[in-house]
Amino acid sequence: MTRTAASGRAVVVGAALAGLRGAEALRRAGFAGSLTIVGAEPHPPYDRPPLSKHVLTGEVPAEATRLPSLVDLDATWRLGTAATGLDRHRRTLRLADGAELPYDRLLVATGTRARPWPNPHEGRLGGVYSIRDRDDAASLRAAFAARPRRVLIIGGGFIGCEVASACRSLDIPVTLVEPSATPLARVLGTHLGAVVRALHEARGVDLRCNAEVEWLEDDGAGHVSRARLAGGGSIEADVVVVALGAVRNTDWLAGSGLSADPGGLDCDGTGHALDEAGEPDTNIAAAGDVARFPHPLYDGRRVALEHWGNAVEQAEHAGRLLAGCPSEAPYGALPTFWSTQGGINIKSVGLTDGADGLVIAQGSPKEGRFLALYGRQGRCIAAVSIDCARWLPAYAAMIAERAPFPPIRRGTDQPAGLDILPPGLPEKPQR
Amino acid sequence: MPETPPEQAPALSENALRVSVDLNRCQAYAQCCYAAPRHFRIEGREALFYDPAPSGADRDAIERARISCPVQAIRVEDPERSAP
Repeated sequence: MTRTAASGRAVVVGAALAGLRGAEALRRAGFAGSLTIVGAEPHPPYDRPPLSKHVLTGEVPAEATRLPSLVDLDATWRLGTAATGLDRHRRTLRLADGAELPYDRLLVATGTRARPWPNPHEGRLGGVYSIRDRDDAASLRAAFAARPRRVLIIGGGFIGCEVASACRSLDIPVTLVEPSATPLARVLGTHLGAVVRALHEARGVDLRCNAEVEWLEDDGAGHVSRARLAGGGSIEADVVVVALGAVRNTDWLAGSGLSADPGGLDCDGTGHALDEAGEPDTNIAAAGDVARFPHPLYDGRRVALEHWGNAVEQAEHAGRLLAGCPSEAPYGALPTFWSTQGGINIKSVGLTDGADGLVIAQGSPKEGRFLALYGRQGRCIAAVSIDCARWLPAYAAMIAERAPFPPIRRGTDQPAGLDILPPGLPEKPQR
Repeated sequence: MPETPPEQAPALSENALRVSVDLNRCQAYAQCCYAAPRHFRIEGREALFYDPAPSGADRDAIERARISCPVQAIRVEDPERSAP
């Protein structure tokens, strides 16, 4: 179909970071038609990273996280109204309030939700929280302000570790239960995970690795009182934070004929959504956590990245595409993320999945400042810095060009010999 | 501009700015901390903490912070100045 950038009806589903940046990119690329932004939450777009950090410590009010916009969007906002269905033949979106919204160009940026505790009854007990949205963070902040006797965190991923760190900053006793041998094992591997474990233990986090919570106990009045561990043992806690990762919000696409499941909505390299036959729907693009796309840097492996930077860059790519000004190259921004916890700054570029070797390329774990480079089959695939961020761009360039692994030796600030260590990652990529 | 959002944050000043820092870009050069010490600080060795909603009364300091960032990681929206 031919498209003029000037006209038509654009709808963005999802009013968070990717939806906002995608809408801005549409306008910046010259789209002058009508623009509607649909959001399930009642809030205008806000930034999530502070929610698991300074919002919990009370330094930032949850409502202070509203995102800046530098573009006059001239948009109609449908906030507090989830999308519930998509009819691609009629090019119409169905909303939770029964309204129908026609579109010519649709950006899907519905993101993820927290994976709930598997037992719904236990998950509804008072004192059981998850943290994904602004309102979740405000509720958990209120619980922390009431000085719980002990917080139990289920899951030692980034969110779980950041929440544990916030508890210790508030001097609240905290136990973190993680099934792997270390926290952050899925993304960093157990070699770096052990560094993170030591950091949190030194700050007083009661870390239970190789452990799992089997069930949560009711105090008889509908509030959680205790967690029973698999294999025996229990932990008394009046606040439980379920930090088991996220599920992509694709349920509303059921019956649309698009290729979507809880792992994401499939897109091609240009950013168009794919139907169940694998054909692109050129009226629809996807961006952010929900979009699963073939990453050119990793042999076209399909990934859905829950990264702040990916939400921004992929949304800009998708916005231009829908405006009729697509980028020349397929989307393939280098994955990046950061996490601050326990007073340290963890930053990463690339994807560690499948790494078969790791070297400490800069600095020294003993000094608490270092950069670890991950390799796979003789190529650099990822780098993780611990309080060593200024070295990261140099290694990002090596990862982008798939430079040989192990890398150059005897560079500035490098240890004399680079031992290749086992990274300790799970056997199979889990994305 | 977008129509008025359905909920206004009660604890914020009416004229709060909106600040976001791309912490992938941030290299902890800390120039923002010198320009606007009430709203930016380094925690530990290199973790930047910033106030995402500083008062509009501090817009000059925030603007100095924005332009002094060596990696241009700071975005600021000033609702009063961008209002039609």
